Amino acid sequence: MIVVAATAEAIIAAREGSLTRDQMIPLLQEIQAAEGFISAAAMVQVAEALETPVSRVYGVATFYNQFRFAPLGEHVIEVCRGTACHVKQSLALAQHLKRRLKLRDDGNSADGLYTVVSVACLGACSIAPVIRLDGEFYGHLTTEKLDALLDGVEAGAEEAA
Amino acid sequence: MNHSELLTPCCPRCRHTTATPCVDAIACLDHGPICHDEEACRRERATRLERARRGGDGMTLYVGAGTCGRANGALTVIERMNAYFDRQGLRVPIVETGCVGYCQREVFVDLVTADGVRLSYCDLGPETVDEFLQAVFGDGELHNRFLLGRYDDPDDLYRGVKPIDETPFFARQTKVVLANCGVVDPASLDAALAAGGFRAAARALVTMTPAEVCAEVAASGLRGRGGAGFPTGQKWKVALDQPRSQKYLICNADEGDPGAFMDRAVLESDPFRVVEGMLIAAYAIGATRGYVYCRAEYPLAIERLGEAIRQCRAAGLLGKDILGSLVDFDITIKMGAGAFVCGEETAILASIEGGRGMPRPRPPYPAVSGLHGCPTVLNNVETLANVPSVVDNGAAWFRDLGYGDAAGTKVFALSGRVRNTGLVEVPVGIPLREVVYDIGGGAPAGHHIKAVQIGGPSGGCIPDEYLDVATDYGTLQELGAMMGSGGMVVMDERSCMVDVAKFFMEFIRNESCGKCTPCREGTTRMHEILSELTERPVGDDLRRLERFRGILHLEELAETVKETSLCGLGQSAANPVLSTLRFFRDEYEAHVLESACPAGACTGLRVFDIDPERCTGCALCAKNCPSGAILGKRKFAHSIIVDRCTGCGACADSCPKQAVLAVA
Repeated sequence: MIVVAATAEAIIAAREGSLTRDQMIPLLQEIQAAEGFISAAAMVQVAEALETPVSRVYGVATFYNQFRFAPLGEHVIEVCRGTACHVKQSLALAQHLKRRLKLRDDGNSADGLYTVVSVACLGACSIAPVIRLDGEFYGHLTTEKLDALLDGVEAGAEEAA
Repeated sequence: MNHSELLTPCCPRCRHTTATPCVDAIACLDHGPICHDEEACRRERATRLERARRGGDGMTLYVGAGTCGRANGALTVIERMNAYFDRQGLRVPIVETGCVGYCQREVFVDLVTADGVRLSYCDLGPETVDEFLQAVFGDGELHNRFLLGRYDDPDDLYRGVKPIDETPFFARQTKVVLANCGVVDPASLDAALAAGGFRAAARALVTMTPAEVCAEVAASGLRGRGGAGFPTGQKWKVALDQPRSQKYLICNADEGDPGAFMDRAVLESDPFRVVEGMLIAAYAIGATRGYVYCRAEYPLAIERLGEAIRQCRAAGLLGKDILGSLVDFDITIKMGAGAFVCGEETAILASIEGGRGMPRPRPPYPAVSGLHGCPTVLNNVETLANVPSVVDNGAAWFRDLGYGDAAGTKVFALSGRVRNTGLVEVPVGIPLREVVYDIGGGAPAGHHIKAVQIGGPSGGCIPDEYLDVATDYGTLQELGAMMGSGGMVVMDERSCMVDVAKFFMEFIRNESCGKCTPCREGTTRMHEILSELTERPVGDDLRRLERFRGILHLEELAETVKETSLCGLGQSAANPVLSTLRFFRDEYEAHVLESACPAGACTGLRVFDIDPERCTGCALCAKNCPSGAILGKRKFAHSIIVDRCTGCGACADSCPKQAVLAVA
């Protein structure tokens, strides 16, 4: 936790001088990009830097879907739940992931390897159903293709180890 | 360093400053010279223009590498190409473009041949790229199985090849906003200039007054393309008339509607057009600062737009005293943080100011009092992308583009159960059927179209028999749908309309900001009612009665939410429910009265049974059942406890003997 807070501190320090309240969201985004999530300590530091109550920072951070308050798994899978994907059975993909990766209710797999989140729409409707795995888009998916993709990820992890 | 070769003067007389202005400031430099006659200058400009247009000197490859192209392996295709050229000792420049709109057949690769004609190839992928390269560069066979069509070919060199705008997908389209998308290098200001970019901006800034620009746009009939359809020129005029020194322009790129992705495609494929549109809009209202509020989900769009802004700044098209007109304007990108309600204009303001993105009552409208209390105009990406064409070609031209009274074109994102998915740009007012059947190619083989969902979560479902209606703002509203941002999701008989209504209600419930009660509580309750409908009534009679009573109240509740919500999100939240109730009442009745889903999509209404003759007692089904509804002893026939079953079908999928059967 101390290490985490230090990163937030560095990010805030880098912007010294020009901190106004409209910097709050960009600051939080930068902290999340560096640390993977927003810790309680980081929120306190942002509040101090902006001279605003912590409750306000917490209120803003929890309002937006982008911010996470717990560490992510090693691989992040975003399942698109937009209309086009829904029509093309993305729910089946989500359920399949849940079963295969044995996800807990918070979307993390028990082994901490995966985090699965549902997103409202990834904006790639023409290749529905689509997921984003570690930032890369994969379209026209079926449960079989998804299995093949995950097998690939796991094989890669074993090779690295 | 000046990023633009085209804008670099080649002789002293090409240099235009505030003291020596030129009305055709941009055209003079990139297609000129116009204001002076000098042969050397003319030759130099023609060479530069040709180079910018082709992306190089000899053969050039253009690879469609927007988000959808990348998902289909565009980056691997590029890698393979480079490897091939290294092996063969060839030097062929490869340019990454955006999306040409025909996403179904990505990856697109365009080849500019040695004689300057551009041929378009599609259906490529990491597996087939080597075959393509061998055909084109090994065997010199340009007519191979990937060839789709040719672009401009004035000398008719490739007579056997269909012009690209005669292929079925493109034939019915009129490209204005998407004209450069997938064709022009989105990372090069010179390529944009060669395609006619910034000519309109130069003309507006140098020869027109802000009021004239507002009047021209108002006369063109351009309406907001983000959903509400407010006349753009009128909005600008209100802001222009505000006696304040500081004004803002915001480009709304928070494309949250599920099913819409045209703004992403435009930003990825032709960011310079958006920058030019913003520059003209800013001049028209007198704004000196602009923001682009873009979704964080669109990293590639943000990257390409950022690069475009940087190049424009370096070339003096943004910043201080633009083109010697004494106009100052600069653009900042603001990343959204994922909230659908931030597509609403007052919510964007709150978000940019660093707060929770919650709407506030209007008036005052942002054009009067917006960001930091200053007059602020908010326009959608597509609206702003239309502006350069309006100024360049005139209001009358734009008006004539549409069918009947409607003006201009609209980009639709065609997706769902349709053969050709992708982005299509058609004249406003075109019959919906032409878009879905002629361009989209209709439903996949063996299926038929049931409805088209248009306008995202604020829109409605239009059944097949009504598809002959015109796609203009008024007609769609009469049918309980709306133009929205232009998402068009086609559904066939496999989609259940109650399930679709439930899907949208879940989305709206999650995205409701919670400020006003009708939206916060109403959407939650509507979702509850719809959820009950899509599940089997289990338990006592009271539960069944509740389920029945819910549907009696659904319509009234929907009307109340529509009438009393604070912002556009809530006011249109009930549309999916109202429109499906209106056109598909029989499906609701089947769910309520018979507990059956005619489309078979509502898993909660399915009932499974195990055939004891076939079951070998392997227990795979019990192992896979997420709700523990299957009981049985190993090596003996198993059985399903119906009340515990959620109808997910995991048992049927896992059974090696096909002993699990759907009985309802």
